[in-house]
Amino acid sequence: MLKRIVGATAIVACISTSASADIKIGFVTTLTTPAAVIGRDMRDAVELALEHIDYRMGQEAVEVIYGDDEFNAQKGKQATERLVLRDNVDLVTGYIWSNVLLASAPVVLNADKILISANAGPSPMAGRRCHRNFFNISWQNDQTPMALGELLNQESIQTLYVVAPNYVAGQNMVAGVERSFTGEVVGKDMTVWPSQRDWSAELSKIKAAGPEAVFMFYPGPAGPAFVKQYQQAGLIETIPLFSVYTFDSISLPLFQDAGIDSVLGSKMTQFWAPDMDNEQNRKFVAAFRDKYGRYPSFYAAQSYDSIFFIKSAVEGVNGNIQDLDGMRAALRKAEFPSVRGTFRMGSNHFPIQNFYERRVVRDTEGNWTTSVGPVVLENHQDPYASECEMEG
Amino acid sequence: MDYVLLIEQLLNGFQLGIILFLMAAGLTLVFGIMDLVNLAHGSLFMIGAFVGGTLALATGSFLLGAVLMVPAMFVIGILIETIALRTLYRRSHLDQVLATFGLILFFNEATRLIWGPEGLVIPLPDFLEGTVALGAGITYPLYRVVIIGIGLLVALGLYLLVAKTRFGMLVRAGASNRTMAGALGVNIPVLFTLVFGIGAVLAGLAGLIITPITQAAIGMGEDVLILAFVVIVIGGIGSVRGAFIAAVLTGVIDTMGRSFLDLLLLLVLPANAAEAAGPALSSMLIYILMAGILFFRPQGLFPPRGATAVQ
Repeated sequence: MLKRIVGATAIVACISTSASADIKIGFVTTLTTPAAVIGRDMRDAVELALEHIDYRMGQEAVEVIYGDDEFNAQKGKQATERLVLRDNVDLVTGYIWSNVLLASAPVVLNADKILISANAGPSPMAGRRCHRNFFNISWQNDQTPMALGELLNQESIQTLYVVAPNYVAGQNMVAGVERSFTGEVVGKDMTVWPSQRDWSAELSKIKAAGPEAVFMFYPGPAGPAFVKQYQQAGLIETIPLFSVYTFDSISLPLFQDAGIDSVLGSKMTQFWAPDMDNEQNRKFVAAFRDKYGRYPSFYAAQSYDSIFFIKSAVEGVNGNIQDLDGMRAALRKAEFPSVRGTFRMGSNHFPIQNFYERRVVRDTEGNWTTSVGPVVLENHQDPYASECEMEG
Repeated sequence: MDYVLLIEQLLNGFQLGIILFLMAAGLTLVFGIMDLVNLAHGSLFMIGAFVGGTLALATGSFLLGAVLMVPAMFVIGILIETIALRTLYRRSHLDQVLATFGLILFFNEATRLIWGPEGLVIPLPDFLEGTVALGAGITYPLYRVVIIGIGLLVALGLYLLVAKTRFGMLVRAGASNRTMAGALGVNIPVLFTLVFGIGAVLAGLAGLIITPITQAAIGMGEDVLILAFVVIVIGGIGSVRGAFIAAVLTGVIDTMGRSFLDLLLLLVLPANAAEAAGPALSSMLIYILMAGILFFRPQGLFPPRGATAVQ
């Protein structure tokens, strides 16, 4: 009975708060499970962006309703259904995990609403399953590892061992590196995701194969666990570790606390870094650090961008968000100040943008962070864009 | 084949088996003696990691934390048994599954409230870091050697306890025939409580010693629990010896599958098909093993003497 009362009050509360806003945005991310550290970063960035736009897009009051995917595709789909069907949000954004996005996308797209991925960039959504109502404000999964493959070529690495989790993003990351890396991939392990947290077998194989470098991709809290084991196996001093999406402001404090100094100097590729020099980014990073006392991660940067991206579209149609054609046209222009600097939207609604070398450094106060380096891939479009035949 | 890699993978499998054994030993006794399906055994694994980890961080010593964890887990286990599980013995297995599943949710949420969603990182003491040379060109992480050592010691201790002491005799009697043991004057409720406490300590120990490798996370016990159930079914429910052998078997086969199955598949399949099938097939391997063993020995490899099949 108590549960029912609580539930009913919650629903009433939802209705009463939603009634006040003109524009409701659903934001799906991970708010529970160990991966909730990522969701927290994204939510913090969204809240900061809302403050910066004074909770207004044009003349319209805006509200964000969060959904928790519980790090699980099925639960993510249910959270999306609640947002679309019960809360009747105007558009949906968020999504860390490619598998969650793939499961949830039909819910939003079948309801003829706009869906903007703030992180996940699985290949089907960029290619065969591209959709006029789907936009991505981060990157396509293959692009960052393609830049990394190029970086490995520049570093004259001849032999490479690849370790990644066996789900759609992991497969995309590996495919991306293999696409651009010209040396030989001497070994490859796709591990069970997300349950496998002990990589003893894979580390033994790496040691036996003796590659010149290892490429790995483990997002969220699995990354530090992998690197710790890599160190315990005595590999970190002998075989350099290249990664994507693993060393960020979420994991670096853990490495710093654990005193794993060999992480300093470690190289990766990315479209953004906290020290990128443009006005929007300076404002974002300074305000984020001021408010939350830590560096923002790339997840936070993309989430911050997503709010300004939506704002540009709402203002493009003068607040008439039922005008989907107008919304889409405005989103295709992507005319908003992005923390990454300038970029444009490709024909498949994925960004065409630069990818940079990034390395782990110590900032002036002694905190570990990442710093942007030279461009590795310039104005890069994902390889699936040509497969996209978009209607409308 | 590279024998260094083969031996390393055997060690890796053995180490996984040790963790599984610590989980399965408690589970098999609880299931075998009390006839209780305890899904919340995985929560004990998690609680051990968090409680032990907190004690280690508070005292500044991993070893001291591990030592203090033992009485803490014993008390926690006894509390759980007397408060929640005691009422379930007479109920059907379905009721037990539902109730202990509820306990999993309870403990996961409680852990989130107390420790937060990000889990717990326990650093290893310096003297356990690094690798050790085992001769013949094999180097192996020192801490994993330590895990194997601890596991073997616990297995030996448990063997002596079950096979050589009066307490062990009562436990074996309970596992073989609960009603008869009770009729002969064994105080079954006290026996149950003690056995559950020991099971909790073993599960907690497993959780704590794996944490410096994998970090403590909410729900970390659930994946291990499934493997532990496979282990006790293969080993024969109620048999500690069976649990040990089945745990090592499961650990080694799982690790070997992950290491070499894709290479074997390459012999018969094209490269991209082998790449896709390898991980899928290797994660199925232990279930295939279980099905195979159950086909020939429905009661598992070492059912306790005189035990009737699982009711």
